[in-house]
Amino acid sequence: MFDGYTTSELMSIFAMQGFAGLSLFSVFVLMALGLAIIFGQMGVINMAHGEFMILGAYTTYITSSLFQSYLPGWFGGYFFVAMILAFLICAALGMLIEWLMIRHLYHRPLDTLLATWGLSLIMQQAYRSIFGAREVGVELPEWMMGAIQVTDLVELPINGLLVMIIALSIAVALYFLMYRSGYGKKVRAVVQNRPMAEAVGINSSAIDRMTFALGCGIAGVAGSAFTMIGSTGPSSGQAYIVDTFLVVVFGGAQSLIGTIVSAFSISQAQSTMEFFLSGSMAKVLTLLVVVGILMLRPEGLMALKVRR
Amino acid sequence: MLATTVHAAPPTEEVNTTGLAVTDDTVTVGILHSVTGTMAISETGSVQAEKLAIEQINASGGVLGRQIKYVQEDGASDWPTFAEKSRKLLRQDKVAAVFGCWTSASRKAVLPVFEQYNGMLYYPTFYEGLEESPNVIYTGQEATQQIIAGIDWAVNEKGAESFYLLGSDYIWPRTSNKIARKHIDKLGLKVSGEEYYPLGHTQFNSVINKIKLKKPDVIFAIVVGGSNVAFYKQLQAAGIDPTKEKPLVLTISVTEDEIRGIGGENVEGIYASMKYFQSLDNENNKAFVKAFKEKYGDDMVIGDVTQAAYLGPWLWKAAVEKAGSFDIDKIREVSPGIEFTEAPEGYVRIHENHHLWSKGRIGLAQADGQYKLVHETDDLMEPDPFPEGYQ
Repeated sequence: MFDGYTTSELMSIFAMQGFAGLSLFSVFVLMALGLAIIFGQMGVINMAHGEFMILGAYTTYITSSLFQSYLPGWFGGYFFVAMILAFLICAALGMLIEWLMIRHLYHRPLDTLLATWGLSLIMQQAYRSIFGAREVGVELPEWMMGAIQVTDLVELPINGLLVMIIALSIAVALYFLMYRSGYGKKVRAVVQNRPMAEAVGINSSAIDRMTFALGCGIAGVAGSAFTMIGSTGPSSGQAYIVDTFLVVVFGGAQSLIGTIVSAFSISQAQSTMEFFLSGSMAKVLTLLVVVGILMLRPEGLMALKVRR
Repeated sequence: MLATTVHAAPPTEEVNTTGLAVTDDTVTVGILHSVTGTMAISETGSVQAEKLAIEQINASGGVLGRQIKYVQEDGASDWPTFAEKSRKLLRQDKVAAVFGCWTSASRKAVLPVFEQYNGMLYYPTFYEGLEESPNVIYTGQEATQQIIAGIDWAVNEKGAESFYLLGSDYIWPRTSNKIARKHIDKLGLKVSGEEYYPLGHTQFNSVINKIKLKKPDVIFAIVVGGSNVAFYKQLQAAGIDPTKEKPLVLTISVTEDEIRGIGGENVEGIYASMKYFQSLDNENNKAFVKAFKEKYGDDMVIGDVTQAAYLGPWLWKAAVEKAGSFDIDKIREVSPGIEFTEAPEGYVRIHENHHLWSKGRIGLAQADGQYKLVHETDDLMEPDPFPEGYQ
């Protein structure tokens, strides 16, 4: 397994794979946080989560073309504008969708699955009609490409670092929002006991709408970040949805900390195995391990203790 | 176009003894591609090229004095639908030939139908080989024509000694890499790694790390679809700049069409082994590109498969005229040896095994999304769909 490598090469392997694992971890965190909020806190299975990500990606694409045409001097910084726009647009659409569709389906989680699946098909077709069936290339400013040279062998890709920073910022912001703000307290109250929360005067439908919008907005930011590493096409969102649900379910649906722990374990397992086995094999093994653990712990790694 | 000798239209009962859709002044063919579903992105170019060829043939007098009409069916990216539609084209429409299919899965699905009802399919995609049907003319390259040309070039011109094989996880990349490995072994050179990732995979950091450690001379990449975007962006981000050619990136899966999605700046400096590039500098190709853009718009790009699809109607016309008949059996009989001197790729000829003799070419990707031709084989390469030791 280790033959053919010198000790210093092995050190580099672990350094680089550790970094690869961390950047995969941040990708998973970004994908899953939005979904975890919607699924965990509201019980809505949002199959259109991937399409919200792609909406964020297309927003980034449009912003980048606009900057190129009208503000070429500012192109280096367009990405931050794009990310904020992606959040706002996805959150606004999320709010609209919640009002039009989701709020009629609470207490019927399986129906939200079907309804949002239909929504995802509609969104895909809309992208196809607007942007064409081909994938679009999002052009990135020069400074975001390259890598930081640490040693001869170890190089850290800048876009990987950026995705990490974005994931970290969102996780921290969410932590404060959920555990340190009045809004967060209300959300948790509604999750734990809706009638009681309503009885003490919390407007639970307003909380629902905000939470759904928040989840969609985070999906948009994730999509925006993924233009740095992946492709943007009408059906690219489909590629993310399975992994995203895997992370959320494995972590324990109602726990945001669980989501992060689960993202960490899955990404580290996969990235370590990828180095010594082939890519496909690593994926299969990861899935098998997750399935195995879920059989022993159906509620996921970290379940919320609720008195029912 | 073809040096056309205008044929006086022979009577229908002479040229059509098997009840095909041929009248005194028209002949009907089929076009069978996906215009909806996931494959529509790729197959659109083929449909456009086939329609262009048919239009040009009609303008130059048609086939045996008959204008070509076509029935177009949508395979909808679904293999059973392909089989169903091909049955409809052959049985109900009685078409004289079908131009179509893209994925190997769709071709395998229609194959029994074409053999049962004795139809003739002109199939345009480069593919893994290991097939030879009396009812199919393969106008794209089979695997050895791309791979052997590519590897020989890297070895002879760039002094490559070690290769890292990489691909998406399905039959075409796996078979192709098997042939690559065999050829590399035969040359006494080294394969330093071989790896596959699921379709749609977007995290290539690990394999890129391995590549950096093993320091191969060549990364031989057969990544398809959206994964390409991730792969080339991450390659750049990890500090592997293809323009430095260390390691050199050689692909058989990225045509001008794919570059539109990946972005020219991300693939600048990679090499592709294909038989056709839009930038080929010859009179045939200039006329073809001009006609294509006039019909479909200036921002069109033409990839390898689009050109191969364009060959189909012309090769069929040549066969019909040589046979003096639309009958499938006669066309099959005369097809080996049929030449097309005005092909955009230069010159092609049909081999006894129904594949094309054609040149292997290497292109260097430019930032504007076009390939610059850097090498072509001196002679036409013989198609070899069943290379020894792969069955």
